[in-house]
Amino acid sequence: MRDVAVIGIGCTRFGEKWGCSFRDLFVEAGALALDDAGLSGEDIDAMYVGNMSAGRFIEQEHIGALIADYSGLSTRHIPSTRVEAACASGGLSFRQAVIAVASGMEDIVVAAGVEKMTDVGTGASVDALAGAADREWEGFVGATFPGLYAMIATDYMSRYPLTREQLAQVAVKNHYNGARNPIAQFQQEITVDTVLRSSLVADPLRLFDCSPITDGAAAVIVAPLDRAREFTDTPVRVLASEQASDTITLHDRRDISTLDATVAAGRRAFKTAGITPKEIDLVEVHDCFTIAEICAIEDLGFCKKGEAGRLTGEGVTALNGDLPVNTSGGLKACGHPVGATGIKQVYEIVTQLRGEAKGRQIDGAKIGMTHNVGGTGATVAVHIFGV
Amino acid sequence: MSVARFWRKIPQRYNLIGTVCKTCGRHFFPPRSFCPDCRRSGEIVEYKFKGTGTVVTHTIIRSASDQFEDLTPYALAIVQLDEGPRITAQIVCTPGDVKIGMRVKGTFRRIAADGASGVIYYGTKYVPDE
Repeated sequence: MRDVAVIGIGCTRFGEKWGCSFRDLFVEAGALALDDAGLSGEDIDAMYVGNMSAGRFIEQEHIGALIADYSGLSTRHIPSTRVEAACASGGLSFRQAVIAVASGMEDIVVAAGVEKMTDVGTGASVDALAGAADREWEGFVGATFPGLYAMIATDYMSRYPLTREQLAQVAVKNHYNGARNPIAQFQQEITVDTVLRSSLVADPLRLFDCSPITDGAAAVIVAPLDRAREFTDTPVRVLASEQASDTITLHDRRDISTLDATVAAGRRAFKTAGITPKEIDLVEVHDCFTIAEICAIEDLGFCKKGEAGRLTGEGVTALNGDLPVNTSGGLKACGHPVGATGIKQVYEIVTQLRGEAKGRQIDGAKIGMTHNVGGTGATVAVHIFGV
Repeated sequence: MSVARFWRKIPQRYNLIGTVCKTCGRHFFPPRSFCPDCRRSGEIVEYKFKGTGTVVTHTIIRSASDQFEDLTPYALAIVQLDEGPRITAQIVCTPGDVKIGMRVKGTFRRIAADGASGVIYYGTKYVPDE
């Protein structure tokens, strides 16, 4: 297997982009990534695109061909493949690109992610997202996505020390980071009171515990490490690319409050990279809800079960803490265009490891990690990067 | 959901028909035709669940998809059936009254409908049983 590096990155501003179509979004992200790597379309050997539900959101399937076409590559007939794993679509798209390059099958590969969510109403959007869980045995009886994560929160809070204020602190911290990220959907700081006074969505989760509905796209370009310096002075090496699965329903899990797929993918990633959690300088975790960030910090092995709330309250996961978590603002503040999120996490870690994150830069960051979850934990992708 | 897709699950949704592996005694709801533990040495037969169980965790849904919006706020829970399997279900009671460890039993209820003139979906919700 060949070593792989990220040589170019691009990301649109995230938000409710009424003036932008699905096509506009991925073309913008792809062009930014190509510019960043100093490449043109002729240099691309293959493309992967993470997308959860264009069929439900814009009634369009066959996304692989569509992005190749509108990226101006239809006459070159390159392989272009859509990857779907609900909210982990982006993470799996990146992993497919890494596998393609590592195997020697391809050299210069684009991994993209895109979701255009605001062309349907909130009810339709909630229903489309419920497809990430079990339609027959969760969605059919009235389970929503916030409802499933709320049941994780209820279980967690009955067994471990986690206060409502500590849970709110996850959102406060992520908004603080988002306020320092020019692509973030929400660039304003909030207080614990903002979270506690927001409306209940699914008890105990309130509106400010939830990631928003977002339009956006991100793209990164990977190449063999030994060719990376042809394109960039700041290649970022992929040290591990791992993926794991679990039961589709939350109720069938071994433990409601532990994402075993996160545990499995995280352990494999640390083993592949040959490092321990202590060596990670920063991590982008999948905080689709505040409780998800708490579980992720623990399940990835950064602390014991039941400790993440206290660590969050003490500021350990803040920008100036020992383990900065979600410097981009996470899904909560940067936004969550589901198929694009996994690629945006890579974009953030690469930006940080290059030292280009300006007002939210983690000084001296050398090793970063991404953690992307599909559904309530049925698919997890974990990547480790280093410079 | 198409009529056929709903209709073929009526035994499960109305009458809690699942399966049990006679080799190891593990129960399955929804039914499985292949025991993950015994694999090809497993012997799967139909089993009608008693419909009694215990609340494992719960929430109150206050914002739902269009089909369920009229019902909000409603209690949703993960229930461990007495035979072993866990399911997700609505609990019919004052939403704030649901507690972890609460005993519940299944009851036949209207679940949702496809608009004003479409199919009405029935199934099993749970009520307090203590």
